[in-house]
Amino acid sequence: MARKTPEVPSASLADIAFMLLIFFLVTTTMDVDSGLERRLPQWVNPEDIQDDDQQIKERNVFVVLVNRNNDLLVENEYARIEDLRERAKEFMANPDDNENLPEKDPKEVAYFGEVMVTKGVISLRNDLDTKYGTYLAVQNELVAAINELREELSNTKFGKSYGQLEDDQKRAIRTIYPSKISEAEPKKVGGN
Amino acid sequence: MSKFKKKGGNELPPISTASLPDIVFMLLFFFMVSTTMREVTLKVNVHLPEATELSKLEKKSLVSYIYVGEPIKQYQKVFGVAPRIQLNDQFANMGDIQDYIIAEREARDEAEQPFMITSLKVDDNTKMGIVSEIKQELRKSAALHINYSSRRRVER
Repeated sequence: MARKTPEVPSASLADIAFMLLIFFLVTTTMDVDSGLERRLPQWVNPEDIQDDDQQIKERNVFVVLVNRNNDLLVENEYARIEDLRERAKEFMANPDDNENLPEKDPKEVAYFGEVMVTKGVISLRNDLDTKYGTYLAVQNELVAAINELREELSNTKFGKSYGQLEDDQKRAIRTIYPSKISEAEPKKVGGN
Repeated sequence: MSKFKKKGGNELPPISTASLPDIVFMLLFFFMVSTTMREVTLKVNVHLPEATELSKLEKKSLVSYIYVGEPIKQYQKVFGVAPRIQLNDQFANMGDIQDYIIAEREARDEAEQPFMITSLKVDDNTKMGIVSEIKQELRKSAALHINYSSRRRVER
């Protein structure tokens, strides 16, 4: 007759589990990586770049320059980052069909029928010595402007927040307020 | 006086600790699942800028990271204080970025390659010159989907 093996004591189980728990508690980082999402333009050979600045009318371009001292020049006048969002929104929406703000083109959009879609483009140009923090703050304001316009349109049309819309509803809104932020190849801008 | 005297007979039994390991294990599993361990040791100081229009990086496995910032103290003797690029675990030069992107791409499934994102973790105080160059390199290697890593700004 085989002798009964003694039971493994389970009193220390809790201690072992606690030890592991404390290890994971210490090493864990809960923060989800997040950031400003952008898409870069396709690479073009420097040789076949034509200067297409001339092809776009001046009223259709919203020029934002950032110099090496992190100062902003918006449409040829000094500006502060705090005001940039409002300016950009006004430019993209152009509610009163102002002559100095971008033209609009009629376009057939699902859910909306024929709407006037802006031809505006935001052009962002920075100096090589601009601080990255400033650059990102400017980008953030421009993206925020477009996001706010979309949010407002979504609320008036669908009565819902933009994030809760169906995919094709989102697409319709994106056609009306496209995210057109173009970044020129970096050059020296002002401030010697 | 005898009102307050406790009788030994009907004392409360001690709380059973038999379920303690179960509770602890439950917590343990929660932390094991939610934990993300840092896979690289940072050799540069990165103080991320703040932004409000953030989107989350959903799939960790599809993200490749590029760190830019001043080398940390112990490397400053060798590498100086000018901002440097770090790829994986080592300092890198501009020319290494294309190779890095290609290597990252090779490591992924072919079906997943179009959804890859490059996350730029760049220090607040870096000059744009180096960032612009990185962006040009990324454009050359057709890694166009990027994410400027930043912290959430608390609205005033």
